[in-house]
Amino acid sequence: MSLVTEFSATPLPPRENRLLAALPLVVILAVAYLAVPLLANEYLIEAILLPFLALSLAGLGLNLLTGYAGQVSLGSAAFMAVGAFAAFNFDLRLGLPLPASMLLAAVAAAAIGLVFGLPSLRLRGFYLAVSTLAAQFFVQWALNKFGWFSNGSASGIIAAPAIGIAGLPLSGPVGRYLFALVTVTAITFLLHRIVNGPQGVNLIAVRDNETAARVIGVPVLRTKLFAFALSSAIIGIAGVIWAFAYLRTVEPAGFNLDRSFQILFIVIIGGLATIRGAFLGAGLIVVFPLVLSRLTGLFFDGVADPGTIELLERIALGTVIILFLIAEPSGLSAILSRLKRRLAAPRAG
Amino acid sequence: MDWFTFLFAVEVAIGGLLSGVMYALVAIGFVLIYKTSGVLNFAQGAMVLFAALTFVSLTEMGLPFAGALVLTLLAMTLLGITVERAVLRPLANRSPMTLFMATLGLSYILEGLAQLLWGTQVHRLDLGISNDPFEVAGIFISTFDLVAAAIAGAMVAVLTAFFRFTRTGLAFRAVADDQFAALAVGLRLDRIWIAVWTAAGVVALVAGLLWGARLGVQFSLSLVVLKALPVLVLGGFDSVLGAIVAGLLIGATEKLAEVYLGPFVGGGIEGWFAYAVALVVLLVRPSGLFGQKLVERF
Repeated sequence: MSLVTEFSATPLPPRENRLLAALPLVVILAVAYLAVPLLANEYLIEAILLPFLALSLAGLGLNLLTGYAGQVSLGSAAFMAVGAFAAFNFDLRLGLPLPASMLLAAVAAAAIGLVFGLPSLRLRGFYLAVSTLAAQFFVQWALNKFGWFSNGSASGIIAAPAIGIAGLPLSGPVGRYLFALVTVTAITFLLHRIVNGPQGVNLIAVRDNETAARVIGVPVLRTKLFAFALSSAIIGIAGVIWAFAYLRTVEPAGFNLDRSFQILFIVIIGGLATIRGAFLGAGLIVVFPLVLSRLTGLFFDGVADPGTIELLERIALGTVIILFLIAEPSGLSAILSRLKRRLAAPRAG
Repeated sequence: MDWFTFLFAVEVAIGGLLSGVMYALVAIGFVLIYKTSGVLNFAQGAMVLFAALTFVSLTEMGLPFAGALVLTLLAMTLLGITVERAVLRPLANRSPMTLFMATLGLSYILEGLAQLLWGTQVHRLDLGISNDPFEVAGIFISTFDLVAAAIAGAMVAVLTAFFRFTRTGLAFRAVADDQFAALAVGLRLDRIWIAVWTAAGVVALVAGLLWGARLGVQFSLSLVVLKALPVLVLGGFDSVLGAIVAGLLIGATEKLAEVYLGPFVGGGIEGWFAYAVALVVLLVRPSGLFGQKLVERF
């Protein structure tokens, strides 16, 4: 029951073309690291870029599991919650520096992910997808029920401490943005290495044909658990960014099923089994409601109350999902590839 | 254990069994669609909400019970046709997971649409069934639960008879068995899908009325889907009988666990306990109690 039926291994282009191909990436990084901190206003960072970075990372994590390894998970938000609350507790109780508590939070999320990944060894398809909901409900329940996780605060709300690394305060918008950006860049680079290496080939083999993968000697069980653990760790770090850099005050209810679906939608809209898909999808998911509320404000000024706008947003989101599945199952990433090819064509011909 | 605590345990178990019937009621809607098209329809919960909300709003506009029922059935049929045209047909021959995600999108649309049309406030729904408990040999049983169980039982009987004795039912079974072969002998797949989705809409309406009378008709009604999913995986996605047995099983264990296990872990475990039960059983039987053995298709 694979999601992506085609996998084309494109041979590497010659060296000079590779340099040329890396140019867009260099430009994007230059803009993200230099132009944004210097030019962007607070609204752009707080309302768009920070949630974009956190959700992109969560999308990357889920894409590893769903896009590359073919295991559908409906409980991603639970691992964001694990990451956020674990980092909060490591910071509070051990007084560790931020990178250390973030790393340990990733380990905690990976451990929980491993436990909830165990059914994948036995279950397939929908049976597995539904059983990942167990993670969603169990984690949310545990965080609400046991006050220890939130240091005894009412309804489990935690306020993240002001962040900083090695005495350098990063609690301003630009500081938090840079912290999130560096984290996301590092993990994206790491993940790119992994999915293009031997492990990535194993993941895809398990996704496309488990029996055949086993025949040619892919360690299927280990590969599946690896996917669950790494994916949960990445989503856990996304949770840390969400809680420490973006919202700074979070509660377990914020990591509900809707958030899990949101992350799944990011992966579908962006494109399964692509790195850039997570970023494209997250961009659309973050910007889409903002544009929509502007538009409804423009057309039905004063008529539409926030509740109605929210409902319209729900309908529009559902429609977009179905449209993408029908018209562009490979997501925004495929659209981008087509655009690039079309732009390159006149030069070639 | 003395007599009274034993009686209490029995009462809890019976209450659980009866609420299990309510879970099964939602699960049957899933089974109908899964059996004939291999689609796990996540929007079933949204359909429950949509049906109940439409019905209640129509009665509140002054329509008699029967009139509102007919109009709601009409609306569900229309919904079935629309879904077939706009979602199923363009996605024909795509992987089951793709279709599942499409129904996820559909559930967003239906939830939004239902509340946009009929408002977000809570509606009271009175079906005229008494909610007073009555006593049998020292055990209190809710009349409403019993009536609900009877209605669910009747519906299962009707569905089973329909599948077994009518031509349309035969066509349903043929499509469930082999879509290509069904097409080859001249069955109209599109019409069958419309019929199945309409039937699932009818099941959703019944479930919506009973659940709505219990909880009030509001957004949270669409969350009954989360109660039905563990029932489904436990019973097997393609078995009506499985849905009933698993519903009863989960209803009873959930209530017993809530009463006897809950206090030790702080309560509120009904959100995930059903999933835990389902998982444990699945580890032994990976396609549920009554599900068809999974055949790998690539």
